[in-house]
Amino acid sequence: MSPWIVDHLWLVPAVPLAASLLILSFAGSRSKGAAALAIIGQLIALVLAVAAFIPTLQEPGWRAFHNFTWFTFGENAVRIGWVLDPLAAAMLVMITLVGLCIFVFSMGYMAEDKNFSRFFAYLSFFSAAMLGVVIANSLLLLFVCWELVGLASYLLIGFWIHKPSAAAAAKKAFITTRIGDLGFFFGILWLYGSSGTLLFYDDGKGCLESAGLLAVGASATFIALLIFSGAVGKSGQFPLHVWLPEAMEGPTPVSALIHAATMVAAGVFLVARVYPLFSLGAVDGVTPSLTVVVWVGVVTALMAALIAIAQADIKRILAYSTVSQLGLMMVSLGVGGVAAGIMHLLAHGFFKALLFIGSGSVIHGCHHEHDIRKMGGLRRVMPVTFLTYAVGMMTLSGVPLFFSGAWTKEEILHQTAHWPRSQAPFYLMLAGVVLTALYMTRQMIYVFFGNRRAAAEHAHESPRVMTVPLIVLALGTIALSIVVTPAWPWLHAYLSGEPARFEIARLIQPMLFVSLALVAAGIGLGLLIYRRAGAFDPLERSQPALFRFLENKMWIDELYAHTVIAFSRTAAVLSDWMDRYIWDGFVRAFGSIGQAFGILTKGVDERGINAAVDEGVGSARGVGRVMSLWHSGQIQTYLGAVAIGMLALLLFYVWLA
Amino acid sequence: MAGLISALILLPLAGALFAGMARENYARGIALFFNAITAILAVTLWRNFDITAAGLQIVERHAWIPAIGAEYVVGIDGLSLLLVLLTSLIFPFAFLAQRRGRGYCALMLVMQSALYGTFTAHNFVLWFLFYEMSLIPAFLLIKIWGGENRDRAATKFFIYTFLGSVAMLLSFLGIYFAKGTFDFAALAELGRAGPLLNGNLAWLAFAGIFLGLAVKVPLFPFHTWLPDAYETAPVGVSMVLTGVLSKMGVYGFVRLLLPLFPHEIRILGPWLLGLAVCSIVFASLAAWAQSDLKRMVAYLSINHLGYCMIGLFAVTASAARPAVEMQAALSGVFLQIFNHGITAAALFYYVGLLEQRRGLRGLGDFGGLMQRTPLLCGWMSVAMFSSLGLPALNGFIGEFLIFKGSFALAAAATSIAVLGLLFTAIAFLRAMQMLFSGPLSESCSAFPDLLRTEKWIVVPVTLLMFAIGIAPQFLFNIFNTTVIQMARLFA
Repeated sequence: MSPWIVDHLWLVPAVPLAASLLILSFAGSRSKGAAALAIIGQLIALVLAVAAFIPTLQEPGWRAFHNFTWFTFGENAVRIGWVLDPLAAAMLVMITLVGLCIFVFSMGYMAEDKNFSRFFAYLSFFSAAMLGVVIANSLLLLFVCWELVGLASYLLIGFWIHKPSAAAAAKKAFITTRIGDLGFFFGILWLYGSSGTLLFYDDGKGCLESAGLLAVGASATFIALLIFSGAVGKSGQFPLHVWLPEAMEGPTPVSALIHAATMVAAGVFLVARVYPLFSLGAVDGVTPSLTVVVWVGVVTALMAALIAIAQADIKRILAYSTVSQLGLMMVSLGVGGVAAGIMHLLAHGFFKALLFIGSGSVIHGCHHEHDIRKMGGLRRVMPVTFLTYAVGMMTLSGVPLFFSGAWTKEEILHQTAHWPRSQAPFYLMLAGVVLTALYMTRQMIYVFFGNRRAAAEHAHESPRVMTVPLIVLALGTIALSIVVTPAWPWLHAYLSGEPARFEIARLIQPMLFVSLALVAAGIGLGLLIYRRAGAFDPLERSQPALFRFLENKMWIDELYAHTVIAFSRTAAVLSDWMDRYIWDGFVRAFGSIGQAFGILTKGVDERGINAAVDEGVGSARGVGRVMSLWHSGQIQTYLGAVAIGMLALLLFYVWLA
Repeated sequence: MAGLISALILLPLAGALFAGMARENYARGIALFFNAITAILAVTLWRNFDITAAGLQIVERHAWIPAIGAEYVVGIDGLSLLLVLLTSLIFPFAFLAQRRGRGYCALMLVMQSALYGTFTAHNFVLWFLFYEMSLIPAFLLIKIWGGENRDRAATKFFIYTFLGSVAMLLSFLGIYFAKGTFDFAALAELGRAGPLLNGNLAWLAFAGIFLGLAVKVPLFPFHTWLPDAYETAPVGVSMVLTGVLSKMGVYGFVRLLLPLFPHEIRILGPWLLGLAVCSIVFASLAAWAQSDLKRMVAYLSINHLGYCMIGLFAVTASAARPAVEMQAALSGVFLQIFNHGITAAALFYYVGLLEQRRGLRGLGDFGGLMQRTPLLCGWMSVAMFSSLGLPALNGFIGEFLIFKGSFALAAAATSIAVLGLLFTAIAFLRAMQMLFSGPLSESCSAFPDLLRTEKWIVVPVTLLMFAIGIAPQFLFNIFNTTVIQMARLFA
């Protein structure tokens, strides 16, 4: 019954992993073979992912898993396994496909790098770890791969390790996400303790199935929130979003991978995967944990969109837009729109990869300039990049009809509008739509329109190895919209396990006009403000204080540096100090007492006043003399004290007994 | 198979004799030769060990000094075997790490013999003999071949641990006077049946043994000898100190203190857990503040042994004790003992490599090494990530199980202890940043990358880390039966 691929699903991550290990072991530092190996590995993974996708189409809500024992401690087996269901299958295809485009693009982008091979090894490893997260049927296995994703991102963000800023950014990413992971780790322990298993699906005994959920009971809220803290770290949600923009220090393909297919998607995926824990005991689809998810998402989405308006680095704008979009997905999950959230995640994977490698193409063309204020007028010299970028921009902004991201965003708005607890998230999300259109318009104008400024003087279109992936991703972005429209919500039905029906009438809904109006407002506002933008930002001129506030990322980094980080750093220094002076001080003081005692007895002894003391200390002194050959003076006195103490204790024993 | 364990104990002593009389240049070869034999013996022991049988195996028992209840009893259970294997693994590693003369090799071999004895003896007098026998070579090795401040560090190390030993000896004398036996198994049975001693006497005896072992592990706040000693000791000795010697304390807790004083431990439970938490958190924080690489690794050793201690205290100190959680914590502790042995020894080895090349080992003395010595950096990073508990490497599973068990048994303490995982990561990432990244420092520009001989050492150790991280069952098999048995004992 179960197809071949179910038992061999592990091959999907294993193939890129093997490619990575082969490259690390055998490839020279700049071998073309390394790139070929990585791309072939990713291609095989894509084929396997498609093979895994096919059986999930059999019937709505199809699911298969394969569990086995990892190890046995005492009398207890720790079991892990993998699962294939629509959620996993859709993610597999997206990750491998988007990943493949990015791999190919990297061949061109990294061609000059002296650690070319290692880059591809890391990329393959990154992809493997993320694929592992997606197929894991055990929270433990998921956590293992999750941490490996963290490691891969650390290696790739810090890939240009000779740059101190890259090394610092890598460290920051690892540590910030680890803070979230500590909570996640706790959630795992708690869940394991209360349900007795970490398997998601296990013929009714898994922790996401009825029996497991029953055992978890009321603690589900806490467990869900702890797990969510891991997602907050990985998916760059407020307050742990600070690492994500800094992650731009990595090479651009890495940014594309982190922001589209891997890493940040992991958090949203995680929440979707363990959703039964979040929704356990829901009244009207609302639980305390889901409410937290909604509000974290809302705050993140708006804050990031605001910050994006005042950034000058082309990649940072996109980074904040990712943070903002992830917030939107979290809102969707929180209000109960799991399928909508994942749909947006999938669509986002395509268009964000498109935007990032588009920005990579721009950066490449402008000789590694990142500042959009120094670009301009690129639409003529880089037509392919311009057109594909425009597709990405319109998708992200939510221009309706042809662009998948617009449909999925609308679906999210639709879900948010029906949240029973409050209408506020809905209206705030609408504001987010305007802001998104605004900052993307700003970026388009600065980069592609107007005069060609300094960095754009000698710009050139990128080679085909870089533009082809752009075209593929742009087409993918548009093609995906076929299955996400309300007229034929096939993807939605597929993810939520329902049959899909075609109904053209549903295409036109009130929400369509609302979002159309808002997007038009955002773009119009953008055109109005930035149409004559030069090296100086119009917003900066009219609202310098506000601009400064947003440009400096609301001073959140500075806030952390002066509170949490300063506090822990002080604690570290204090720990060291206490060690040297207090704890060791006690030891030394104790030693000095012994020494003083020794000197005292020595004095008494030498004068020969007390024969009894003389006799008692004599033996100790004998040993002391021998040992004092090793060391001048101290041992003798210590041992004198030891001997006296021994005697006293023995007497004490005798007295007690 | 009788005599196998005795042979294991005696062989290094014979080796010490040969190495001590050999020419300077041959001493290390002889030491390695004897280590090859002990390794074969240890593996033979492993093969003859019945993993399904509870209790001691391959026991040898001879009358020794009947008048004082001293008996020559050696035997192994899962925990003993694990530690014997660890010893057989770390010593060759340590000998390979440094080329040294005959005095050094002879003393190391004496220490090795003492360690085998400590981990297999099951009578207190015999055990204590070995326990002390390991101390003197360690003292001399630091004292003679140590670095800066070696006199002070060696003296502090010796006096401190010796004081602890004396206290322990006195306590055992007290117990002997009361119960008339030194046999571990018999004492454990007595401890389970009822209090070994009455009233204050019991507390006094407890305090003595606790002090001795807490200093040895070391447990906060009895740890201040450790950073000095580890920092000063020659690399090979540091590897042995952290890899094996520190396990004597943990072993002592498992074998002596916990079975003998269940009542006292339960009363003091929260305090003991507090000490373990302090070990974990303060040591990892202090590691973050160090500027000397070796000292940083030393502090992280304290931190990692703190995880062992929190696991043990959680098992014995809590009120409700589901078997699965106790087994989790105990398995985690045993695994951690082994893992920390390998990883910490490897870290000291790498520190030694860097020190060899640079002559200094301050974090600020290096920079940009990744550009010059990518292999050294890469392999060293593996050890660091293993130490900070990255999954797929050996550190993770042990820590996961310890936290699983202790979270269920002592949630509050565990919630604070988990901070240690964060600070450890910070300390290591900071070190990696300072050593490997940035522009290549002038003083490092002539470094050779890993040499062929160094690769021969590094690769197997790293592969072992991956093996344990990915397929750890072979280690669990060694001690699973013992874990089940101990969980029953403590229940």
